[in-house]
Amino acid sequence: MDMSVSLLLASFILSLGGLFIFIASMTRGLFGTAEEGSRVIFSPDEENVSEEPAATRADQALLQNEVRSGAATAMNASDLAARVAADQSSAGPALVCLSFAVLWLVLGSFAGLISSLKLHLPDWLVSEAWLTFGRIRPAHLNAVIYGWSSLAGVGIALWMIPRLLKTELVGARYAYAGAIVWNVGVVGGIASILLGYSTGLEWLEFPLPAAALLVIGGAFMGVPLILTLQNRKVKHLYVSVWYMGAALLWFPLLYAVANAPGVHFGVEQATMNWWYGHNVLGLWFTPLGLAAAYYFIPKVLGTPIYSYNLSLLGFWTLAFFYSQVGGHHLIGGPVPTWLITLSIVQSMMMVVPVFAVAVNQHMTVLGHFSALRYSPTLRFIVLGAMMYTLASVQGSLEALRTVNTVTHFTHFTIAHAHLGLYGFFAMVMFGSIYFVMPRVLGREWPHAALISAHFWLVVAGFTIYFIGLSIGGWLQGMAMLDAKQPFMNSVAVTLPYLQSRSLGGALMTLGHLVFAAHFFLMAFSRKTSEAGPTRFGFPKLARVNPGAAA
Amino acid sequence: MSRHIDEFKLVVGSMAMLGIAVSALVVVPHMLLSTVRPPAALKPYTEQQLRGREVYVANGCVYCHSQQPRDPAQAPDFSRGWGRPSVAADYAYDKPHLLGTMRTGPDLFNIGVRQPSVDWHLGHLYQPRAYTEGSTMPAFPFLFNEHPGPPAAGEKAINLPPQYAKPGVTVVASKEAEDLAAYLLSLDHSYPVLPADRGSR
Repeated sequence: MDMSVSLLLASFILSLGGLFIFIASMTRGLFGTAEEGSRVIFSPDEENVSEEPAATRADQALLQNEVRSGAATAMNASDLAARVAADQSSAGPALVCLSFAVLWLVLGSFAGLISSLKLHLPDWLVSEAWLTFGRIRPAHLNAVIYGWSSLAGVGIALWMIPRLLKTELVGARYAYAGAIVWNVGVVGGIASILLGYSTGLEWLEFPLPAAALLVIGGAFMGVPLILTLQNRKVKHLYVSVWYMGAALLWFPLLYAVANAPGVHFGVEQATMNWWYGHNVLGLWFTPLGLAAAYYFIPKVLGTPIYSYNLSLLGFWTLAFFYSQVGGHHLIGGPVPTWLITLSIVQSMMMVVPVFAVAVNQHMTVLGHFSALRYSPTLRFIVLGAMMYTLASVQGSLEALRTVNTVTHFTHFTIAHAHLGLYGFFAMVMFGSIYFVMPRVLGREWPHAALISAHFWLVVAGFTIYFIGLSIGGWLQGMAMLDAKQPFMNSVAVTLPYLQSRSLGGALMTLGHLVFAAHFFLMAFSRKTSEAGPTRFGFPKLARVNPGAAA
Repeated sequence: MSRHIDEFKLVVGSMAMLGIAVSALVVVPHMLLSTVRPPAALKPYTEQQLRGREVYVANGCVYCHSQQPRDPAQAPDFSRGWGRPSVAADYAYDKPHLLGTMRTGPDLFNIGVRQPSVDWHLGHLYQPRAYTEGSTMPAFPFLFNEHPGPPAAGEKAINLPPQYAKPGVTVVASKEAEDLAAYLLSLDHSYPVLPADRGSR
C-alpha cells in the first residue's frame, strides 16, 4: 500500500514534469509562428471574411459588415478551387455520418423521453420487457452517445480534415466502411440491451460482438485522417487537428481495453468502468467538440483565435488531467483511497485546460457578440462553448468530497452529464451541422425559421431540464443524508422536478424533430439554390469570383 | 521524419497520456485487487442466484439501486439499515460488478437481511406500490403469468395485499422472477470483515 502510494506519487510528479517540458518544447517552436498557426484556417486573402453558409443572404451581408465594414476581399481563383475540391472530397462521408447521427438523435430522444416519464409514471408501459425503465434508459444513453454524438463528431471531423490540411480527403472508402460497421454495431448493441443481453456495465452495455464492431468501425473511420495527413499541404497542424487526431486514436483503444474479455473483475471492474465512463467524455467527445468550436468560431468571424499557444496548452493539459478523473465516480465506495484522491486532484486540475479554452473562445468572440444575431452556427456553438466552461467547473466542484457526498447517487449527476453532453457537445454539433450541410449538399437550408424554432425549443427545453433536475437532485441528496428522514422522502421530493424534466425533455425532442425534418427536407430537396455557384460551395466568394467556382 | 514531427508528437504524446491513465486507473488497481480473497463467511452464488443476477442485469436494476453502503462518517447508510461500509473482498464473486451510481431506490447490498421473505419480494416485483406507498419503482408484470381461476396443482400463486389483489385471477411467478428473488435474498453482507479484506482501501 505505502509502496503503491509512493510509486504513484513519483510517477505523477515525473509525468507532470514531463508534460510541462513537452508543452514548453512545443510552444518554443511556436512562439515565432503562433500567429501563423492560428491563420492556417484562412486562405491568404480570406482573413476578415466571414463564412457562414447557414445564414440567409441578408444576414450574411450583415455578418460580414459586423466582422469588417466594407466589401470582403476576394479569394484568389486557385485557393477557391482548392477549397471547393477539399469540400467535395469530404461531402460523401460527412453526409453519411451526419444522416445516421440525426436519425439516432431522434430515436435516442424518444427513448430518453420515455425513460423520463417512467420515473414519475411507474405503471406506464410495464407489460413489455423491452420497454421497462432498466432497458429503455440504457437504450437512450447508447443511442445518443454512440449513435448521435459519436457519428456527428466523426462526420464533422471528416469534413474539417481536408479543409484544415488544405488538401483532399484521402481514403473516403474507409470512412464509409467504418460508418457502416459502426452503425451495425450500434443497432446490434441497442437491440441486445432491449432484449436483455446487456453486459450490465454503464456506458459499456453493448455485448462483445457489438463492442468489437465499434472498435473496428471507429478505427476505420480514423484511417482517412492518417492518409490525409500524409498528403497535407499545410506546414502547421491547426489545434483542431490535434484534438481530432488524438480522439480518433484514443477511442478504439479506450473501448478495446474496457471490453477486454475475461480481464476485469469485482471492484477492479468498477474502477475500470469509471475510468472508461469519464474518458469517453474527456478523450472522445470533448476533443471532438472542441475541435469543431476551435474551427467554426474563428471561421464564421473571419478572425483567428485569440491565443494559439493557449489552445495547445489546453490540449495537452486536457489529455493529461482529464484521463485520470474517473475515480471520482466512486467516492465513498470500496476502492483504494489513493485512487480516489488521485482522481479528485486531477478533477481540480481540469480548471487549467478549461480556463485555456474559456479564455480563448471568449476573447475571440469578444467584440463580435452581435454576430450571434445573424449566424445560426455561432448561436449554437458559442452557447455550447459557454456550457463547456459551466459543465467543467461544475464537474470539478462535484468531485470535491463534501459536494460529492450530497450529489453522488442523485439526479444532480444526471443533470450535470446532460450539461456536458447536451449543453456543450450537442449544441456545438448542431451549430457545426448547420455550417457544414450547405457545403456538403451545395444547397441552402430551406427555412431560416426552422433553425430558429430548433434553437429556441432546445434552449427553452434544456433550461427547464437542467435547472429543475439540478434542484431536484440536490434536494434528493440532502434528504438522503438526513438520517431522521425516511428514505421515501428523498423519492417524493424529486417528483415535481422529474415532471419538469419530462416537460423540458419533450421540448428538446420537439426541437430535434424540427431539426431532423429540416435536415432531411434539405437532403432530399431537388431544388438547387437560386444562385448557381452556391452548388459548388461559396455563395459570397463565388459571387466575387464566379469563374473559378463554376 | 522532420516533415511529420507534429504527427510524431501527437501520436507519442497522446499515447503516453493514455498509458499513464491506464496504468493508474486500470493496471495498478488490477494488480492490487487481484490478491484480495473472499471472506470466509461470503458464500459463492448458487446457480439459481446467478440466474437471478442475470435477470437483475437484464432489467437494469443497477440504474436505480447501488450496492455499496458508505462509511457512517460520510453518510447515514448504516442507520438506514443498508449495512456496514462495503470492502473490496465483498465483491469477490461479482461479475459484472453492480456497484451502481444511482439511489433512485435504496441500496440493496443487504436487502436479503432487511426483507428476508420471498413472498414479499415476489409481490413487490409484481406491484411495488402494494408494499411501499409512494414507490416509483416500475412494476414488472412481465415476470409473472396470470390466469383466471384458482392456482393449478403445484403452482405457487403470489399473495398480494387485499386492495391490490385481483379477485378470481391467479398470479404466478415465472422462473425468472423466482431466480431474481433468490438473488435478492442472497444479498447479505452482514458478516464482519477483517482489515485484510479491505484491500488497499
